[in-house]
Amino acid sequence: MILLIILGMALVTALPRVMPAMIVDKLIFPVWVNRWLEAIPYAALGALIFPAILSVKEGEPHVGLIGGLVALFLALFRLNIIIVVIGAILTVYLLSL
Amino acid sequence: MQGYETSEHHMSAMAMVRHGLKCGIPIILGYLPVAITFGVLAQQAGLSLLELTLMSVFVYAGASQFMGVNMIAASVHSIEIIVATFVLNFRHFVMSLSFMNEARHYYGLPARFGLSLLLTDEAFAVSAIHKDEMKKRHSVYFYTTIFLSAYLSWIIGSLLGGVVGEIMPERLSQSMGIALYAMFIGLLIPSVKKNIKVGYIALIAMLINLIASQFMSEGWAIVVGTVLGGLTGVHFLKERP
Repeated sequence: MILLIILGMALVTALPRVMPAMIVDKLIFPVWVNRWLEAIPYAALGALIFPAILSVKEGEPHVGLIGGLVALFLALFRLNIIIVVIGAILTVYLLSL
Repeated sequence: MQGYETSEHHMSAMAMVRHGLKCGIPIILGYLPVAITFGVLAQQAGLSLLELTLMSVFVYAGASQFMGVNMIAASVHSIEIIVATFVLNFRHFVMSLSFMNEARHYYGLPARFGLSLLLTDEAFAVSAIHKDEMKKRHSVYFYTTIFLSAYLSWIIGSLLGGVVGEIMPERLSQSMGIALYAMFIGLLIPSVKKNIKVGYIALIAMLINLIASQFMSEGWAIVVGTVLGGLTGVHFLKERP
């Protein structure tokens, strides 16, 4: 039974992922749609970051917020993304001591 | 649109793999602790080691796997689990469409199929921010490395969690929960510094997501935030070629 659930979950996850790869050759988009699709990564990043970042530590939204602000600060100084990530991890670690 | 820059960007396939690995490290760092936690929780929920590993191999979508094992443990009807999974992962359709709309100029169907099958929020975010790499020779090695390293770290992590249990100190693995968000911020900011309007698009998407999440499930709210936020790009990205 669990295997069937896994199979079903795999199917409904894979289909939306691969469909664009198959159909994109057959579509000709007007310029504005191309611009829309070009903006998707930035919109997706925004929607993925907030408000989910507030639930990094359950019941303590300030922890994720401060961690995010530290990441923002480090990124603004053009530091390598690995430094940005490690800086945020350290911040949350220190906050939860 | 076909054609590669040949003169200055002449990287070997191996160099592209190394470049991809470098860009993929934050994803690996973010996935491992989450995957280990998934392995532990899945086993507590009653899944066998084989089942939880198969789930990571075939479903490969973090949030929905956590939700899935919770629902399995609560004996929720299988159809309900599958529908919830569809809703939660539908955002990948939008992301895949965006990424494939670039990729179609450079890659054939097999490469596009493989990449899209392994598309996650994180692999998409890293790849889309580095979409200029597509113009280069051997760039398919770059993206394949990002996608595969993310995939393997997810599978290995969940297997590890299932076999040895929680090996990381709880406080550390909890702190590492910020890793992927920090990566998203670290990906977004350089683009915002280049073009402030990109920042407006992201902020509007955040706001729409926040509002939408009051009325609907997290899955749909992210889709609405991404689609409507992206729509503002029709205006904001006007003067670019």
